[in-house]
Amino acid sequence: MDDDIVQLENLVKAFKGEVRALDGLSLTVPPGSVYSLLGPNGAGKTTLIRVLSTLLPPDQGLARVAGVDVRADPAGVRARIGLAGQSAAVDEVLTGRENVELVGRLYGLSRRQARQRAGEVLERIRLAEVADRQVRTYSGGMRRRLDLAASLVGRPQVLFLDEPTAGLDPASRRDLWALLGDLVDTGTTVLLTTQYLEEADRLADRIAVIDHGRLVSEGTGDELKDRVGGSVLAVTVPEVDRDRALRALRGVGGQDPTDDRHHGKVVLPAPDGARTLTEALRRLDAADVTPEDVALHKPTLDDVFLALTGQLATTPNGNGHDPWGGADRRSRHHPERAAR
Amino acid sequence: MNATTIAPAGQGWLARALGDIAVITRRNLLRTLRLPEVLVLSASMPVIFILMFTYVFGGAIQGALPPAAAGRYVNWLIPGLLAQFALFGGSGTASGLAEDLSNGVIDRFRSLPMAGAAVLAGRTLSDLARSAVTLTLMVAVGVGIGFRPQTGLGGLLSALAVGLLFGYAWSWVMALLGLAVRTAEAVQAAVYLVVFPLAFTSSVFVPTQTMPGWLQPFAGNQPVTVATNALRGLVLGQGALPPGRTVAGQVALALLWAAAITAVFAPLAVRTYRRTVS
Repeated sequence: MDDDIVQLENLVKAFKGEVRALDGLSLTVPPGSVYSLLGPNGAGKTTLIRVLSTLLPPDQGLARVAGVDVRADPAGVRARIGLAGQSAAVDEVLTGRENVELVGRLYGLSRRQARQRAGEVLERIRLAEVADRQVRTYSGGMRRRLDLAASLVGRPQVLFLDEPTAGLDPASRRDLWALLGDLVDTGTTVLLTTQYLEEADRLADRIAVIDHGRLVSEGTGDELKDRVGGSVLAVTVPEVDRDRALRALRGVGGQDPTDDRHHGKVVLPAPDGARTLTEALRRLDAADVTPEDVALHKPTLDDVFLALTGQLATTPNGNGHDPWGGADRRSRHHPERAAR
Repeated sequence: MNATTIAPAGQGWLARALGDIAVITRRNLLRTLRLPEVLVLSASMPVIFILMFTYVFGGAIQGALPPAAAGRYVNWLIPGLLAQFALFGGSGTASGLAEDLSNGVIDRFRSLPMAGAAVLAGRTLSDLARSAVTLTLMVAVGVGIGFRPQTGLGGLLSALAVGLLFGYAWSWVMALLGLAVRTAEAVQAAVYLVVFPLAFTSSVFVPTQTMPGWLQPFAGNQPVTVATNALRGLVLGQGALPPGRTVAGQVALALLWAAAITAVFAPLAVRTYRRTVS
């Protein structure tokens, strides 16, 4: 559709000597929505943001942002977007206000306009009180918010946020979520990447699950959950019995079980609800496995993710289970690390 | 709030680019002022060089000096060190860009509707300003320990101008280095690798005629020697130059080097910048 604010058609980007980071990705983002790209590390999320924000040229395919082709008119795209990357790209020794004014000036605002506009966004992002302090005195959450303020100063039509809450503590994360929610009321389209299902579920109108540079599934959170089917069966078994349980449950309910090591469970789609449950218990009994716990529940996005990518997603408050949450750039090239 | 696009209202491309350069230059200078410890440390190195070479090596080198040095090694040394540290001043360009690259600032700049070359031009210009301060400080320290320009104030100011232009050209080499090497520590090593061999095989510290025959063709003609000769000729007069060299000739050649280095490395650096993603 022509009124889609971001359009991708068959987008391909490969890096030297590596697999394709984007491998024929197509999707559209309706204007005025929050759209989330959900996927494990190495899925191609950051590459996509970089292509859309004109930092990297695509190898093949079409990418339009606010109606402008990123390859044909990168300068035109830059005038219409805001970008907040993975690390807060703010200057430690400048004040918050100086940082935002600097970016405003580089968007082409006059000195007076930049000052006024910086005041507005700092107010909105709730940094007005600390705006004249040097950024080195800010907490991690405040830096992220300042980075967001800088990306808003040019009144972008589309805002790209690359893992906006990676590395933040839960309280700062909730703060930022609230702010992002407010943003949408102003009509800006937000395209954000995340590894956190909770984040996507909470913020986004629509979610695209991507893996290995390809679109795995797309829709609202509810649609994605429906796609996994009726219910999900989670069986907790002792560590020593896990392999036996996995073998025993193969084919129950028509699909193979997934090993959710993170939570110590074996997870299985249960399209027939209680009937699948009975069958599963019968098989486990036959294999001489006694489960510690059995639960039949409506699928969460976690289950969706697991079913669609065969990988576990990261949880935002991961109880120390989140070694890649800091999003070290190098780990991006090791998708398999996200698999545990 | 409606999502209107900011248009560069009626501004020409050049005016926009100059505005962007001014904004970036100001940002870099502000950073320098907010980090006075960095400024003090970077200014102390040339001072240490002046003192160390004057008092430690001065006595040994004294005998090899031409009469134009008026019997003082410091007279000979200062114009050479001015050339060396004009060149060294560009190292700030390399490390500054590497730093901006590592914390994502370059990504942000590249996503903005600004002139791409402004990031590099602003960087090199703010380093030029810093070099001007450093070189002035060096002259002041030099005068304090006996440096006396033999050609008056005009000669000294011309020498500073030529030194700064020469240094400015090198900051484009440093810009390319910073973008290519990318990490602050590696940048430091790479800068030394460029600066010290060039400085020590030049006429900065000793007349090149005292070097081995195989080295002389290079040592006598490499850019740092040319710049040093130009500065020395401007502050000490014709007598300070090796036989066959004239002050005007060496000044012209030094400026030609500066122009050539800029013409080659500025476009290379800008091209690299446009393709750089952190």
